[in-house]
Amino acid sequence: MKLGYLAFKNMISKPLNLVLSLLLLSLSVSLVTFVLQLSQQLSGQLHKNIAPFDMVVGAKGSPLQLVLSSVLHVDFPTGNIKLKDAALLQKHPFVETAIPVSYGDNYKGFRILGTEVEYLNQYGAELSEGTLYKEAFEVIAGSKVAQQLDLQVGDRFISAHGFATADSQEHDEHPFIVKGILASTGTVVDQLLITTVESIWEAHEHDGNNDPDKDKGHKEVGGEHESEKEITALLVTFKSPLGMVQLPRFINENTPMQAALPGFEVQRLVGLLGSGAKTVNGIALAILLVSALSIFISLLKTIRERKQELALLRTYGLRTVQLLGLALMEGLFLAVLGFVSGWLLGRLGIWGISQYMQISYGYGLQIMAPERFEFFLFGLVIVLTIIATLLASRSIFKLNVAETLSDV
Amino acid sequence: MVETSNLSYAYKNGTVMAFPNIGLSPGEHLLVIGPSGVGKTTLLYLMAGLLPPLKGTVAIDGTKLNALSRKALDRFRGEQIGLIFQQYHFIKSLNVSENLLLRQSFPLKGHDKKRGYELTERLGLAEHLDKKVTALSQGQQQRLGIALGLIHRPKIIFADEPTSNLDDENCAKVIDLLKEEAKICQSSLLIITHDQRVKSHFQNHILL
Repeated sequence: MKLGYLAFKNMISKPLNLVLSLLLLSLSVSLVTFVLQLSQQLSGQLHKNIAPFDMVVGAKGSPLQLVLSSVLHVDFPTGNIKLKDAALLQKHPFVETAIPVSYGDNYKGFRILGTEVEYLNQYGAELSEGTLYKEAFEVIAGSKVAQQLDLQVGDRFISAHGFATADSQEHDEHPFIVKGILASTGTVVDQLLITTVESIWEAHEHDGNNDPDKDKGHKEVGGEHESEKEITALLVTFKSPLGMVQLPRFINENTPMQAALPGFEVQRLVGLLGSGAKTVNGIALAILLVSALSIFISLLKTIRERKQELALLRTYGLRTVQLLGLALMEGLFLAVLGFVSGWLLGRLGIWGISQYMQISYGYGLQIMAPERFEFFLFGLVIVLTIIATLLASRSIFKLNVAETLSDV
Repeated sequence: MVETSNLSYAYKNGTVMAFPNIGLSPGEHLLVIGPSGVGKTTLLYLMAGLLPPLKGTVAIDGTKLNALSRKALDRFRGEQIGLIFQQYHFIKSLNVSENLLLRQSFPLKGHDKKRGYELTERLGLAEHLDKKVTALSQGQQQRLGIALGLIHRPKIIFADEPTSNLDDENCAKVIDLLKEEAKICQSSLLIITHDQRVKSHFQNHILL
């Protein structure tokens, strides 16, 4: 019989102690790994999605909302801007590219974005089948949209007002036709239906008048005259860093439009998330210490209760270090079991929240293999357990076999 | 097999107890008898190398215990000495057969399953091997205690008050069992007791 078997048997002989210690340990480990994964993946996604653009220009309102709606495609737009105002910017010497985006419709909850082909280039999106759109009402689908709605090249569909399926009203006259499907990019493009800006205008020209109670997100984008045409926002990259310094201020002070810097806004958002994550990590760390304490107390208790058994083992010829090894193995079994179950629980949490986010925002998270920090955390748990075990095992060194087994 | 010379032990309270010399040849049985409180159990633990003597030496099978390192002493005890306790001590998280297996596993590597079967068969424990030790009756526990003292074929068996809680009938049974098993494994047997009933079963006794 191996000592490990005895340690295992000893561990499971007190199921209540075992469950309590395991629960605490796995709770803390799952909290830490969950929060870490969540904040890492969220901030990674955010940065990846804003990366192509230096500045976004839209209607006045909250700059964060502007970035969220026009770049990240999660919130409602702040409003529309006049195409002629936006056109002035496109010619500015500091501006490298300025891509107009226009919104207003969805198909089964996926947003239809009117923009130029250049938008796709900025994200490095490539067609996996079909061709790019050329005419109004031709559309290409992001990989996730195509997959979830089972869209094929040549399919036709009718769009609906607004951004959510529930509160929308269908446009009857203008079916969209799917011309192409994009390969996965791992960015927001995957969950968009992309068409020309003109499609959005034309879809709204006809029902603009008999639609007085528009839903919250929907702003009328149509216009009979060229001068009144509107877009939702303009996505800008700069030629020189000077643009970053001068243009936002200029736009905000001198035009009816608002300029927001995605990098800055996202940093603010991540900062908010980060402080939340820090709080949760602090709580998790406290639970980790409590769980180390609980391992310590439960081992201390079992070593006291098993004093006679330990003395018996000494008469069997086991050395003091072997008894210590027995206690260490018991503690380490617990630590490994607790860590692994906690880690799995954390990943399960990521999977769960990913399902939810997928439905609500179209963003999914990935189940990642163990990361460097998690190996570090594992090491920390092991070290804490060893310390707790050694502290609890001090009495083993002072064990008086004769006194423990008989009244000498 | 066992030779003690001028053994004495100092208790924590300062009392010093001196013991008569004991000599036991291989295969011989010896009864050490004396009233409570004269240090019988102390003597047993001194001879098993579990208590350090104040003075004197213990030699088992020619090996002087105080000449061994701690590690060697632990190993020697595990291999050569079998202890049977007045109160039974088992590992409660293991079942009967696992307890027996454990006794054979340290410090010896490998174990003799056949020996386990024979012994438990003779001791009437064969059908209880899968039971928890706490589920055994008093008598069964006693016999398991004896089995644990014998299973690794020790050169010398030390039994501490093996009959103190038993009625006359069972007392005779246990003594016979001990003598028989000691004979089968060719071990020397040293029993320490205050139980006068045991006296008639042994030719050799020492009075403390």
